[in-house]
Amino acid sequence: MSRLATGLHARRWLLAGSALLAGWLLYLPHSEAWFARWFPELERPLYQQEGFGTLVLAHLGIVTVSSGIAVLLGVSAGLLAGSRFGRAFRPLLETILAISQALPPVAVLAVAAPLVGFGSTPALIALILYGLLPVTQGTLTGMDSVDRDTQAVAQGLGMTRLQILRHVTLPLAAPVMLAGVRTAVVINIGTAAIASTVGAKTLGLPIIVGLSGFNTAYVIQGAVLVALLAIVADQLFEWLEERVTPHLPARAGS
Amino acid sequence: MKLHSPVRLLLAALLVLGASLALLTWSPNRLLTGQGLGLGSLQTAWAAWLWLPALPLLAGPWLPERRVLQWLQLLAAVLLSSVLLAVAGQEALLRSGGEDSLVRVSFGGGFWLLQLACWLQLSEQLRVLADSVPRRSAVVLAALLPHAWLLLDGRLDALSLLKEYDNHGETFGQALQQHLQLVGFSLLPALGIGTALGVLAFRRQGVRALLFPVLNVVQTIPSIALFGLLIGPLAWLGKQLPGWGIAGVGMAPALLALTLYSLLPMTRGTLAGLAQVPVAVRDAARGIGLSPWQIFWRVELPLALPVFLGGVRVTAVQAVGLAEVAALIGAGGFGAIMFQGLSSSALDLVLLGVIPVVALAVSVDTAFKILISCLRRGQHD
Repeated sequence: MSRLATGLHARRWLLAGSALLAGWLLYLPHSEAWFARWFPELERPLYQQEGFGTLVLAHLGIVTVSSGIAVLLGVSAGLLAGSRFGRAFRPLLETILAISQALPPVAVLAVAAPLVGFGSTPALIALILYGLLPVTQGTLTGMDSVDRDTQAVAQGLGMTRLQILRHVTLPLAAPVMLAGVRTAVVINIGTAAIASTVGAKTLGLPIIVGLSGFNTAYVIQGAVLVALLAIVADQLFEWLEERVTPHLPARAGS
Repeated sequence: MKLHSPVRLLLAALLVLGASLALLTWSPNRLLTGQGLGLGSLQTAWAAWLWLPALPLLAGPWLPERRVLQWLQLLAAVLLSSVLLAVAGQEALLRSGGEDSLVRVSFGGGFWLLQLACWLQLSEQLRVLADSVPRRSAVVLAALLPHAWLLLDGRLDALSLLKEYDNHGETFGQALQQHLQLVGFSLLPALGIGTALGVLAFRRQGVRALLFPVLNVVQTIPSIALFGLLIGPLAWLGKQLPGWGIAGVGMAPALLALTLYSLLPMTRGTLAGLAQVPVAVRDAARGIGLSPWQIFWRVELPLALPVFLGGVRVTAVQAVGLAEVAALIGAGGFGAIMFQGLSSSALDLVLLGVIPVVALAVSVDTAFKILISCLRRGQHD
């Protein structure tokens, strides 16, 4: 197989997902007749309160902002707990992470909404809080995965603590850290959809409106977009993870 | 004085912060936002006793690491947590007026923060004091006894959360039953199919390469989307097979979705369990003349069991949480109570739907951890 073919084969889920997502988004505005054939009993078989493009952008906006803040805070917490000063706090942090696993993301959302009011704010808070868990966990695991000997060698070369962190530990820990971010983003894409129940404008809107109005066509239109968005994001991160994984130099002849 | 533990200093600071916030909130009815009641404005006469268990915890950062002192701090944390709950219950009784009064007294931010500080303190001390999972769980269970007594003795009945329970008693029992059904009836088929797929993936490289990408994609699809996507096909199936009880909304799509989600962790656990059985052990079993079937039942299965059960643990905890969302497609469970609270913006009703789910997840998690830890110890003897 040529290199291009191998590359395309390795990325087939990403390519297929992206193509389906783009196709579905382009087709949806013209799909009324098609849905009308499947659901003849529905008066309005196509969700038209908002454009699907607008909803996708709003959805991605909430997910990006919340995940960005979660990454900033989570990586800082993880680095702090891995440092000489913060090592004592690590068991406490791990206890908190373990307990929080029992909390479903939707529960965080449901508790936040009555406290801070409806709209995008509770969604952002819940997404940040829930995104923190996998990011922090990933940072801790990633730092642990770095070989102690490698760090000792760097120290032997005369690198300072900060230099070792920047040039040795972080690059080697990056794939595992990214895996944590990947989990956070995928979970947040789902939770952002549920956030429509507290009034956030996301792709969950057609699903929730459809569920409460017995309009299965709306549900399908929204659910397919949410599912494809999550799959594409997941595959995008898998590609990134492979990109940042340090490879041994290829042996001659391969 | 020498600072012995920066961690306990942080926890003591959390205690001080919690004490400065509103312990409870008071409102004339369930829908209005309450006004805060701080520790200083409590009417409960014996609220001053809170100082007694708080003192060792506030002094904790400067106490040396001695076993007696560690047990003392653990005891103080348990005591503080239960006295706080008792004070909250008593205060609610004093302030809520008569039987028909609409007044609501709820937990405030201070209460939650103080409880968090207490339980983190407990776990921090337990880490040093008890070394095994069963022992730690026993201490935590014992620490919960005073709370359980307060609840069962009716001393918390005046709190808003318990009033919501009173108003929704019947729904609550039904929700519990539906939630357990959702988890149980999705785990059972997943256990069978997941184990079979795991064994198959272990034996055949080709199956592994094909299976995991598909299961991964299923796992990636958000719950709300998967629930929604199953409505159409199942509604169609229900029309083709009348009398089978299949419908687009309700239990059927929820059970199907939960089973699909459970397949990945279950298969992965089975595969990981089989993969860590040492090759030498398998060779030895073949050497003494066991058939492949005997090797599976008498050698591979017992050795793979702890890791396999770890997979079941992850799956079960995940299912308990995911079942919460199933209420959106009419499958009931505690999610129904939670979403009802959400739509009426009543925090205590939301909590009535959330707290049991968290308690259920923690119990399932702990039960499996104890089982696995006992199994491992049995194998090492």
